[in-house]
Amino acid sequence: MKEMIRVEKLNKSFGDLHVLKDIDLTVNESDVLCLVGASGSGKSTLLRCLNFLEIRDNGKIIFDGEEIDPKTHNLNQVRQKVGMVFQHFNLFPHKTVLENVIEAPLMVKKTNKVTAVKEGKELLEKVGLADKFDVYPSKLSGGQKQRVAIARALAMKPDIMLFDEPTSALDPELVGEVLETMKDLAKEGMTMIIVTHEMGFAKEVADYTVYMHDGKIVERGLSKDLFNNPKEERTKEFLSKVL
Amino acid sequence: MIVGSVFDFGTFISELQRTYPFFIEAGLVTIQLTIASVLIGTVIGILFALLKLSPLKIFRIIAGTYITIIRGTPLIVQIFALFYGFSQIIMLSAFWSAALALAVHNSAYIAEIFRGATQSIDKGQTEAGRSLGMSGIMTMRRIVMPQAMRRAVPPLGNQFIIGLKDSSLAAFVAVDELFRTAQGIAAGTLNTMETFIIVGIYYLLLVMIFTVIVNAVEQRMAKSEK
Repeated sequence: MKEMIRVEKLNKSFGDLHVLKDIDLTVNESDVLCLVGASGSGKSTLLRCLNFLEIRDNGKIIFDGEEIDPKTHNLNQVRQKVGMVFQHFNLFPHKTVLENVIEAPLMVKKTNKVTAVKEGKELLEKVGLADKFDVYPSKLSGGQKQRVAIARALAMKPDIMLFDEPTSALDPELVGEVLETMKDLAKEGMTMIIVTHEMGFAKEVADYTVYMHDGKIVERGLSKDLFNNPKEERTKEFLSKVL
Repeated sequence: MIVGSVFDFGTFISELQRTYPFFIEAGLVTIQLTIASVLIGTVIGILFALLKLSPLKIFRIIAGTYITIIRGTPLIVQIFALFYGFSQIIMLSAFWSAALALAVHNSAYIAEIFRGATQSIDKGQTEAGRSLGMSGIMTMRRIVMPQAMRRAVPPLGNQFIIGLKDSSLAAFVAVDELFRTAQGIAAGTLNTMETFIIVGIYYLLLVMIFTVIVNAVEQRMAKSEK
């Protein structure tokens, strides 16, 4: 089992607010890990630290065996390997669905256009939106937008995918299609870290679940253990509220 | 003593017919002055907008100072300063010193328009670009700027119309544009009211043509997004 990402003693503050406190976390290749916890517990910040959208104050982030330091590493290269899906999709509104997907391969990887378009269309096929390649994001439903966003992240062929509350901004009837797409991805062996409030999904799809509270990891375990037999009082309390 | 009527419709019509060749010629100068000042002003404006958005504080201070000074002083003062002051260093024609003064004046407002439009683009757009491995500059160029440009079109159109009307101040450094031509005709015929109403009509016409163009651009840009 190959280690994909390891976090050691990670700390992050926003001003006086200490958001992440000595976080230790390891994710192996093909693991699916869900981060759960109340709002403000630091899960999203932790995820954002992993692709350096937030820069940690101290601690180590080791990616694929190499410690990444924002001072010495080209973060643009690191981020190519770390896909990210946002709560609010953040599709590019001035580009069509296909243009959204092929933008980074074309501009960053300098993939030739024919290849990029071919791969882009395959990815859209995979998320079930092949027929929408030519429309602008404003014409799509929330669920469709999020699936395009997933295809866009996959287009860079990342080693790991980060999901920041991917279904929180969706109407309830659209959540299923996005979770389905993510489930397919998990089955293919993609390494995934998912911040979510969908406990059913975490329990069913995630290999591991991490419960965070107040900037700390309270409990980490196999999803079935954490949900069925939580060890910590706080975890029990949280689960009794959300399940 | 009877001073005569302030406005005579017959005079107005006959003056309208008699003076149009002069005004068409002068109108072309006004258009040239406007286009030159708006184009140069946009280039300088974008430059200062970028400085103001720069992560480097010194650039932001330079841009902020420039914008404060230009917006805080009257256009006529800037035109005179450039025409009488600057012309001692480099010989500038009346047209180009007026065009440059107008360009500089417009640039401060245009810089603020671009800065505002750029900052109004959701931060998530930048994060999405960066998360895909795009550099900061590439994200700016490919993702943020195209959207900001679209958002800047309506206020830019507005600024261009202001620039067109402001070009009348070039009359005071002897550029033979619409307003100075009207002054000359009014002084010669003493048909003051009629002449200035006529020149007002020419400005109004130009502004309306400009508005139609701006609206067409706006709609075209909206179409490509929807």
